[in-house]
Amino acid sequence: MADAAVLSTGSSVAEGRRRRNWVPYALLLPGLLWLFVFFVVPMITLASQSLQEGNVDDGFVFTGNVAVYGQALTTYWPQMLRSLLYAGTATVLALVLGYPLAYFIAQKAGRWKNVVLVLVIAPFFTSFLIRTLAWKTILSDNWVVTDWANKLGVTSVLQALGLTANDSLLFSPFAVVMGLTYNFLPFMILPLYATLERLDPRLLEAASDLYASPWQTFRKVTWPLSLPGVVAGTLLTFIPASGDFINARLLGNTQTTMIGAVIDSQFLRVLDYPLAAALSFVLLVIILVLVASYVRKAGTEELL
Amino acid sequence: MAWIKRHLITFAALAVLAYTLVPNVIVAVFSFNDPKGKFNYTFNEFSTDAWTNPCGAPGICDSLGLSLRIGITASIIATILGTMIAFALGRYRFRGRSATNLLIFMPMATPEVVMGSSLLTLFLMAGIPAGPVAILIAHIMFCVSFVVVAVKARVATLDPRLEEAAADLGANPTQTFLRVTLPLAAPGIAAGGLLAFSLSFDDYIITNFNASPSSITFPMYVWGAAQRGVPVQVYAIGTVMFLIALGVVVAGQVVGARRNRQVA
Amino acid sequence: MGDTTVDRTGKGDLSLVALTKSFATFTAVHPLDLTIEAGSFFALLGPSGCGKTTTLRMIAGLEDPTGGRITIGDEDITDTKAYQRNVNTVFQSYALFPHMTVVDNVMFGLKRRGDKDAKRKAREALELVQLEQVATKRPTQLSGGMQQRVALARALVNRPDVLLLDEPLGALDLKLRRQMQIELKRIQQEVGLTFIHVTHDQEEAMTMADRIAVMNAGRMEQLGDPATLYERPSSTFVANFLGQSNLLRASVLGSESGNGVVRVRSHDTELEVVRDHLPQGVGDVWLGVRPEKLRLGESGGPNRLSGLVRDVSFTGVATQYSVEMPWGQELTVVQQNDGTARARLGENVTVSWAAEHGFALDASQDAEAGAELVDDRG
Repeated sequence: MADAAVLSTGSSVAEGRRRRNWVPYALLLPGLLWLFVFFVVPMITLASQSLQEGNVDDGFVFTGNVAVYGQALTTYWPQMLRSLLYAGTATVLALVLGYPLAYFIAQKAGRWKNVVLVLVIAPFFTSFLIRTLAWKTILSDNWVVTDWANKLGVTSVLQALGLTANDSLLFSPFAVVMGLTYNFLPFMILPLYATLERLDPRLLEAASDLYASPWQTFRKVTWPLSLPGVVAGTLLTFIPASGDFINARLLGNTQTTMIGAVIDSQFLRVLDYPLAAALSFVLLVIILVLVASYVRKAGTEELL
Repeated sequence: MAWIKRHLITFAALAVLAYTLVPNVIVAVFSFNDPKGKFNYTFNEFSTDAWTNPCGAPGICDSLGLSLRIGITASIIATILGTMIAFALGRYRFRGRSATNLLIFMPMATPEVVMGSSLLTLFLMAGIPAGPVAILIAHIMFCVSFVVVAVKARVATLDPRLEEAAADLGANPTQTFLRVTLPLAAPGIAAGGLLAFSLSFDDYIITNFNASPSSITFPMYVWGAAQRGVPVQVYAIGTVMFLIALGVVVAGQVVGARRNRQVA
Repeated sequence: MGDTTVDRTGKGDLSLVALTKSFATFTAVHPLDLTIEAGSFFALLGPSGCGKTTTLRMIAGLEDPTGGRITIGDEDITDTKAYQRNVNTVFQSYALFPHMTVVDNVMFGLKRRGDKDAKRKAREALELVQLEQVATKRPTQLSGGMQQRVALARALVNRPDVLLLDEPLGALDLKLRRQMQIELKRIQQEVGLTFIHVTHDQEEAMTMADRIAVMNAGRMEQLGDPATLYERPSSTFVANFLGQSNLLRASVLGSESGNGVVRVRSHDTELEVVRDHLPQGVGDVWLGVRPEKLRLGESGGPNRLSGLVRDVSFTGVATQYSVEMPWGQELTVVQQNDGTARARLGENVTVSWAAEHGFALDASQDAEAGAELVDDRG
């Protein structure tokens, strides 16, 4: 009878909803209107701004000047590419670091589960900027971390990889990527945890019962089942990391400038609105193309 | 060796956990520093100055107050708007569902710098001046989606039969909503509200595009200080924020655990 | 049956008149006419998807009928909302409010009606279901059986004109289910309210109900008291769904031998069936006999068939045999373990039964109807 009950509930629900059809729309209207006016419309004004010419004092006129995009890309492609590269590296690192922790909380922590979860979430609620400033202290030359890194030869490896310029850790690509990884790690851990928590440990037992080695069990069972979390986590890490410029500014040098900083300074200091808008729009399109091709596999409903 | 191998995941997890917590420890330790010079990089001398005189750095408490006001207002409005959308998505079938999902998802899939700069172009064209109102509008916009996600997750687990049972027992639609639906959705709404507050309180990038010189939020204050030299008070406030967050999250976990124990 | 108006609850009988429910692609309930006597224990019995739950939900007001009327006594409640009806439901999954204590759950309905005496009445209702000691606990802290009783108390306490039970025992284990069947029956007799019990479990329906409506594919197959439904099913569906039946293909010979018995021929054997047990004006029939009415040997009566024992399964109180007839059909025979000798596998036996133990059904029906739907959990 259970299926029939569900069936009739489902249809009665649909029935009741047909009669009070306006209710969902009334619930949606204020919020979606807000998002439309202050998210969708700005995208249009952004595009429009990019195609205008003029200056702040005399005002801007729409001229359809597409050339600004060429100018933006030829001038700032290194920063754009660097942003995607740093964000991509930080995302991979966050996945590598976040996965064991998420797995541990979900499957191994037992009664410590909630404690560890709190410790992962709580820093996320404290100021991003202050925590990044703390890294500036930790990585500074005066501290033991740099000393050890030098003694253990880590800095030589980093130098060979081009991630640091000298024996210092701070103000280097290494510091920026490390800061990005650190700052967006909770965005990786939480979706991973959510899917790994639903993973039935009996499946892992079944896999090992069927002669799978731990590595094979991970490859064939755990990893595929955690893919929705991996997709959500990588997106939630990569997207904000690609537009971030706080880490690059606080932990990097002039050679680590990311595209967010360019947009910020073009808008607020140089006051070249069309160029800034064009850069912003290009970044949006790049992210959208990357996300869309990625999401095609997962579906938005899954991510929400 | 075998023991280490068996507990490899545990060691890796604890190392990562340490990595996520080290900065908070540093912040707490350095809040008791009396720095030599303007940069708080080395521990010079123990001092409780920052704790006894938290507003000692000029402008710090004004910016904190502004951030709190904006954070509270933005999170309340975003929670109301987001909860309504979450109920519509979780409880009703309607046309335009996938378009709605897309519109909710988009702000989360857009880099902050793009949202901030695009809003700036809108405000420029519409003649809306930069300042607290512009910041508030922006914060509500990017918080709504996160509230929707948090509340929708909760609404999806609500058993529609409980509402039927309420109606069956004589509760009219309003009573059913207030006495059954809302209390059951409350944990999700609270989580969404807290998330919205922390996102708003912590935002620098979007805020920076829409702030005026007279509307300096706390993150903007910290950013400015980072260029000139960070007052110790910033570290003290950071520590307090961490402790409050810890307290709130622990309280949430305790309440959640009690509920779960009842379910089990 | 609407003529008996023993008005114990003060409101009168529940009547469904041409009650219909259609969805976009199918009809869940075809026009249904049914009167349920006030104060009776009524069961709606049928397999998954037969329309019984939809019927119940229409009575509760949780589902809007496509057509027809619902009345309680003189009051037409068809167009009233669920929360305006004096009808309460014990839900299949109990649907207890997890954020309220047990006693708050029980008081919920009374409070909505502004009952000043809610607390005392709730305590009394909890006493009735023997749960007064858990009043301040949360429902999720209770066992399934206790939750079930809370759900019952929560509905009962409102003294509804009709109490609806939607598979209320479905989630309980067998032993607890038996216990609750007796308990439910006791409570119903104690409070004297009209109970309508929806179930797919024929044994449960027969144990508890005064009257049963058997539903199949959105239509009512048969209405009657448990004994009549069992002894004289009116269709192969009812014959198979309520217990097991052996159905033999037969043609009516038409010669009545004066003692109210009609002769039929089945596979070249002449058999007898009571005239009252034969549908009017039908030449080809299914002749049905319940397994426990069959006897091994000739002691059962004048109807005799011979066959080979193909299977013997010992179940404790009884032994079940499968006896293969010369034309290949296997008859199921259930013999009480009363000490008489048991037949052995491969033995040739005679199976016999009395004329009054058979029933005949129109042969145009599918002999297997309902058989595959029987749920063995009960």
